[in-house]
Amino acid sequence: MSNTARANILARLREPQRPECGFSERDYLSRYDWDTAERVRRFTERMVAVRAEVHHTTPETWLDVVSQVCAAKGLNNLLVSPETVLGKQLHAQAERFPTLKTYDHPIESWKQELFYGIDAAFTGTYGGIAETGTLIVMPSADEPRLMSLVPPVHIAVLEVAKLYTTFAEAVQAQGWVQAGMPTNALLISGPSKSADIEQTLAYGVHGPKELVVILV
Amino acid sequence: MATKPDTIYFFGTCLVDLMYPQAGVSAMQLIQRAGVKVIFPPAQTCCGQPAWNSGYRDEARSVARAQLALFPKPIPIVIPSGSCAGMMKVHYPELFAGQPDEAQAADVASRVYELTEFLVDVLHIELHDLGEPVTVAVHTSCSARREMGVADKIESLLGQLSNVQRVEHARKLECCGFGGTFAVKEPEISAAMVLDKVTHIRNTGVDRLISQECGCLMNIGGAMAKQGDAIPHQHIAEFLWERTGGNAA
Amino acid sequence: MSSEFRNTVRANLAKPEVRANFYRAMDGLMTRRLDQFPDKAELERLRTQSMAIRANALSKLPELLETLEANLTRNGIQVHWAETTDQANQIVLSILQKHNAKSIIKGKSMVSEEMGLNHFLEALGIEALESDLGEFIIQLDHEAPSHIIMPAIHKNRIQIAKLFHEKFPDIPYTEDVDELTQTARRILRDKFYAAPVGLSGVNFMVAETGTLCLVENEGNGRMSTTAPSVHIAVTGIEKVVESLSDVPPLLSILTRSATGQPITTYFNMISGPRKPGEKDGPEEVHLVLLDNGRSNIYSDPELLATLRCIRCGACINHCPVYVRIGGHSYGTVYPGPIGSILEPQKAGLDVHGELAQASTLCGACSEVCPVRIPIPSILNRLRYDGVRRDTANTNTVGSGKRRTLSEAATWKTWAWAATHPTIYHAGSTLATRFKGMLPTNLGAWTTVRSAPKLAESTLHQQAKNLGVDHE
Ligand code: SF4
Repeated sequence: MSNTARANILARLREPQRPECGFSERDYLSRYDWDTAERVRRFTERMVAVRAEVHHTTPETWLDVVSQVCAAKGLNNLLVSPETVLGKQLHAQAERFPTLKTYDHPIESWKQELFYGIDAAFTGTYGGIAETGTLIVMPSADEPRLMSLVPPVHIAVLEVAKLYTTFAEAVQAQGWVQAGMPTNALLISGPSKSADIEQTLAYGVHGPKELVVILV
Repeated sequence: MATKPDTIYFFGTCLVDLMYPQAGVSAMQLIQRAGVKVIFPPAQTCCGQPAWNSGYRDEARSVARAQLALFPKPIPIVIPSGSCAGMMKVHYPELFAGQPDEAQAADVASRVYELTEFLVDVLHIELHDLGEPVTVAVHTSCSARREMGVADKIESLLGQLSNVQRVEHARKLECCGFGGTFAVKEPEISAAMVLDKVTHIRNTGVDRLISQECGCLMNIGGAMAKQGDAIPHQHIAEFLWERTGGNAA
Repeated sequence: MSSEFRNTVRANLAKPEVRANFYRAMDGLMTRRLDQFPDKAELERLRTQSMAIRANALSKLPELLETLEANLTRNGIQVHWAETTDQANQIVLSILQKHNAKSIIKGKSMVSEEMGLNHFLEALGIEALESDLGEFIIQLDHEAPSHIIMPAIHKNRIQIAKLFHEKFPDIPYTEDVDELTQTARRILRDKFYAAPVGLSGVNFMVAETGTLCLVENEGNGRMSTTAPSVHIAVTGIEKVVESLSDVPPLLSILTRSATGQPITTYFNMISGPRKPGEKDGPEEVHLVLLDNGRSNIYSDPELLATLRCIRCGACINHCPVYVRIGGHSYGTVYPGPIGSILEPQKAGLDVHGELAQASTLCGACSEVCPVRIPIPSILNRLRYDGVRRDTANTNTVGSGKRRTLSEAATWKTWAWAATHPTIYHAGSTLATRFKGMLPTNLGAWTTVRSAPKLAESTLHQQAKNLGVDHE
């Protein structure tokens, strides 16, 4: 059925005379000329506007800040990859954090715990977007997709050096097409929310209710 | 054609002809007073819009074709209605695409001006208000606003009148619900729209309602009249003519 | 059909609560959209650019679909083609059967509404649970969406509170939006936990990389496409764009036009199932490409513009007809201006052609459409197709079927009179002269308006007095 359908649809689409309305050059790149400070300012402003927490830190202080955030939120545990550069640093000082959990088995073997027993997850990011206040997250074997989705709190580290002005600029500068797309790539701009009830914003619908960004 | 012409054609529209002739007369007088000769081709009837918007293109085209012949000279065609101007300017080229008189239709279209657009952009008319202080609400027709893009012209004309105070009504940009045959084909929706419009206008407490579109005036005015105690409503041409002293000015 | 539409409209116009709900919501959406585009010139530039992106994709549609299919397949996503909604439903069913699935969890998808998927599956004893909060609410009340972006917009908080209380009597009654949302979260989390198959729509498909993009705020789309071990995406064949660089501008104008957000919380780009070594994500990803009349729309160079739509809903939010009659009056999956051009073309003018009539052609829709679809022109064209005689010259389904003898005769008479000026003017002069004898009851017009008053004398007569009627 599907093959006949395919052939029929494509044949119908080939039939009409099609107008040439393509364009040869695409020029979508940012017209913004923001320096680092301005990018950080805009990113923070946008993130805070959608109720995310943003902490400005340095390579020396970020671990302290993460630890303070965990304490302030009274987290019982924190899901952290033991393999990533950042994750290793947390694991190395495990005593300063809530119980550190690792996502080292396929979801099927510990779904129950992930869905109902994990308070928060810590991940790195692939970059950020200043214009919209956005984290670029590319889940991997070390930091699987559900880490940034299922636990009620998501703590993410963003290196200021990877903060681009716009989405278009990030795609180009990071060479997304050349590198090939990962199975899943995400833009995350704040905690999960909905306005489906009377246009009133409510947070934490299906994803994290809280998003904490650690800018380094 | 932004320089002031010696002569223009005036297309009165069927609605003005039957219901609001004073608007047409005032419009022509305003133009004459500015030193421009007016020709009113007597064989004019209707731009064809009602049939066009109802899907009867052949009938619309035959009526439109009869109008094409009325404007042979290369001079502006001025129309006291955004929707009829839009019909000629925007839709004649579509209606006559591929027809033998395609070029003639395009030529006519290129010379069409909505009245307020003509007064402001071509005549650069200067107005001196001689009237008593008055408050007005302005309803701009959707075709004047979106098809012709001339919504600012009526505002700027009224802005020249020192004793006229404009009061904005809620949902000013919203359609009044006339839509030509729409009012008859979908009377319930149209009624809901016009009654809301009347409420918003009444809430301003203005002395008068002004528009550049007689269709909207007939719709809103008719609804106000049915309720009783209608706010007086006028076409912009008639209002301007009155306020600026008519021929005496 | 037409009387059904009129009856529903009448009934809905008489519900002040529903009208108030729509008014409040649409006012908010219009303001928020405007706030996103402070620079008018920039907005117009972006609209032109977005139109070009979509027009370009459509001009290469069959080629892009083949590239897309090749790249998706290479990425491990299984592509299925469906000419009709029946075929699409069957494809979904066969995937479910293969996995012995008795339920699916759904992210928001208008194409699945178009397919009538929920009813189809439920008739076979398979549960299809909506997880978008708005869709969840209306599913509880056995309703259809009244808006393509905000499906439960017709309900207010109190109505939703009562509905939750009725359906979940164990949970204490609350009108608090946060608490209502948390209730839904708890219920749906259990469902996500257990669901074997997730289903979603798609906002854009990128041919160049073989990527499916989903735009959302809640996370239901991410959940439905990540937690279950099978993900089925359903979408229309027109949703493809050529390159990844086409996506950022479209995403930006979509969210700003739709809800006045600079961006949504999640933009989810899916380019494959779980790879060896990855620990989550679906083992299988399927894409069902639905035609359902789209290729027929595609065959007409003017109507083709309909397919540029990115389903932002801005035309709906700005429509003075929609805000008054509400989404359910349309009796179609897509309401408002986009519905009024799309549905008559899909179902046929004989079925939904009246929707093309239900517009003043005010143009509020096309003024905001991010891809510059000339909605009033298309409505006009559909009115023409509905009554034209040369139906061989158009592919529109049901063309000519709205022509009635009496209406055609009226326009013929009108055209005859308006092309015979002497007779026309004799008639209008006569009418003004004997205006006292004209009826004051003009049916529909005079229910809320007085009959229009004829002038004492026509403009033609007065032009004579002015001396301008000759050169
Ligand atoms: S027609 Fe335009 S405004 Fe309406 S939903 Fe589609 S893209 Fe948005």
